[in-house]
Amino acid sequence: MPVVSFREALNQAMDEEMARDQRVFLMGEEVAEYNGAYKVSQGLLQKYGPKRIIDTPIAESGFAGIGIGAAMVGLRPIVEFMTWNFSLVAFDQIVNNAAKMLSMSGGHFNVPIVFRGPGGAAHNLAATHSQALESIYAHFPGLKVVIPSNPKDAKGLLKTAIRDNNPIIFIESEVMYGEKGEIPEGEYTIPLGVGEVIREGTDVTVVSWSKVLQHITTKAVARLAEEGISVELIDPRTIKPMDWELIFKSVKKTNRLVIAEEGWPFAGVGAQISHEVQLHCFDDLDAPVERVTQEDVPLPYAHNLEVHSLPNIQRVIRAVRKVLYLD
Amino acid sequence: MATKILMPKLSDTMTEGVILKWLRKEGEKIKQGEMLVEIESDKADMELEAYDSGVLRKILIREGGKARIGAPIAIIAEPNEDIAALMTDAVPPAEPAMAGKPEPPAAAASPAISPAPTVAEPLGKLKASPLARRLAKENRIDLQRVSGTGPQGRVVKRDLESLLSGKTAIAPPPSGIVPSGQTRDVELSLIRKTIAKRMQESKQVAPHFYVTMDVDMEPAMSFRDQLNSASSTKLSFTDILVKASALTLMKHPNVNAAYLGERMRQYGEAHIAVAVALDEGLVTPVLRNCERKGVFQLNSELRDLVDRARNRRLKPDEYQGATFTISNLGMFGVEDFAAIINPPEGAILAVGSIIEKPVVRNGQVAVGHTMKLTLSSDHRIIDGVIAARFLQDLKNLLENPALMLL
Repeated sequence: MPVVSFREALNQAMDEEMARDQRVFLMGEEVAEYNGAYKVSQGLLQKYGPKRIIDTPIAESGFAGIGIGAAMVGLRPIVEFMTWNFSLVAFDQIVNNAAKMLSMSGGHFNVPIVFRGPGGAAHNLAATHSQALESIYAHFPGLKVVIPSNPKDAKGLLKTAIRDNNPIIFIESEVMYGEKGEIPEGEYTIPLGVGEVIREGTDVTVVSWSKVLQHITTKAVARLAEEGISVELIDPRTIKPMDWELIFKSVKKTNRLVIAEEGWPFAGVGAQISHEVQLHCFDDLDAPVERVTQEDVPLPYAHNLEVHSLPNIQRVIRAVRKVLYLD
Repeated sequence: MATKILMPKLSDTMTEGVILKWLRKEGEKIKQGEMLVEIESDKADMELEAYDSGVLRKILIREGGKARIGAPIAIIAEPNEDIAALMTDAVPPAEPAMAGKPEPPAAAASPAISPAPTVAEPLGKLKASPLARRLAKENRIDLQRVSGTGPQGRVVKRDLESLLSGKTAIAPPPSGIVPSGQTRDVELSLIRKTIAKRMQESKQVAPHFYVTMDVDMEPAMSFRDQLNSASSTKLSFTDILVKASALTLMKHPNVNAAYLGERMRQYGEAHIAVAVALDEGLVTPVLRNCERKGVFQLNSELRDLVDRARNRRLKPDEYQGATFTISNLGMFGVEDFAAIINPPEGAILAVGSIIEKPVVRNGQVAVGHTMKLTLSSDHRIIDGVIAARFLQDLKNLLENPALMLL
């Protein structure tokens, strides 16, 4: 199987879908001439020309709105945000126009658009540029939220997202663009709303995604395995719709759940998972559900404070040991 | 997280406990599972382990002090955590004066440091995970009888698993022979201490009296032979005695009873403890609802209990909650003896050997088999006549075993 980087996988997905469907186009800051702020759209301008690979001014609300309008009249735009932090400038377009158009037009206008870009903290980018916003967007009915953790899923899920007739929030990670992984040969897609058991286990279920999954949870789970603790690790891949059955089935087996995510604790994605699990797996729970999140503060710029605010391996290990009543 | 350590419920009849000894000092770091304090309940002295890790920040009840079940006795928290809220919470209103109930000397000895005895928090609030509740229901386990190892004594899956697989140690190993010419002091095992305390308390507090009766065992012997010839399981006389006692107890509510001060508690079930000798002391596993069980079932349950008692794998709920006890020394050639009542039970039956001896039948001397039964009774609830009638009925059943079928 070919080994590609996260950014190459995303590039292949857009390339294949643009070749497949003339209505697909990419728009955003620096996506064309500069080949993308993170080089995700490398080579696409040369291949598809300036009508389909469009550089925009620094005006997120404007180009998000243009994308939504284009989607309403039959095109299938991909709108790149340089980071998801900047989407907050376009928040009204996304949550009021993209998310609600189908409902408010009585089913007349679909908005088949993908908003994509990197989310979460990188390093020392300070509070306004380090936000994990998946829970915010998942809050709004009408939006689907996709958050791949590896190149294989990134490609398969982005292709499906582009083909979906609804607005999709597609969140990548700045620090993962260069990370490599195997992808299947040839064309493939991955359905939205289907999670994956990354590692089977018997003692505790851990749900985690994106950078926290790859950089923290996976390492914590490996250390726990050395202690003889068998973790079943689940990557939901799509935040909304969530693959509830996969999580419930696992919790019914292990009787314990830990959720590790980068977002803040209050009304976070983990809070929703925790609620659904207590509702559907109440009699199977042997311990209260534990969550590992970012601390409930704006992320500090100072590195020493930043590392303490973000989830880390120790905190995941502690949470797992806690639900196992080991400490 | 700051947590209050609460006075645990250590026995069925416990309402309050006395702090015998703090094993750790204020300010010391405590790890979950470490022994924290020795507590004296109405039945036994037991060590309480810490359910949480942290620093023992505050001892609320000093040694010698008393607390009701569920009342806070100490606070465990992080070293710098603010425990002011818990402290105000924990400072108890004074206990209402209890007329005619003198404080035990231990409590009076340290009035200066001991805070006022606490009033109980809502009693019997059981902490158990939802899964533990479900497992308990499925396996018909009374969660109140399971000691939880989770935070604040929460009963969790592993507690039930260990119960269901029967892995619970109860006592330290025994000691060997004292070398000739030497003297030594041996620290008493917990089980030995419990026996010492309970037997002393029983003999001092419960006014015992004893009634002995001879039973012709020939009918019971042929009854047993008949049953045994029809089955691969071999019944013992104890099985038959348990069954006969259970049926007799159900007819004598004053014997199947406990003295509780102002009241007498009469039980509608015959839970019979059978004394089993171990090297380190006596244990009394309990056969439940013997009135409803057949002799073969009693036989297999008793075998299992005795087996696990010998391997020290009994759970507390398997040696607590009896309404009556049978102690059999017949196998050692003891003709008759008087046993000490196992409090709070009302009576105990001491069983001697079946002895071959001349008996007079129809004016003729013949060879017969007899056995002596001695009932020790608590005179506070059982009078001589009641004890005598109980033994009469029991004797009647043993001499006419077919009546047990009624």
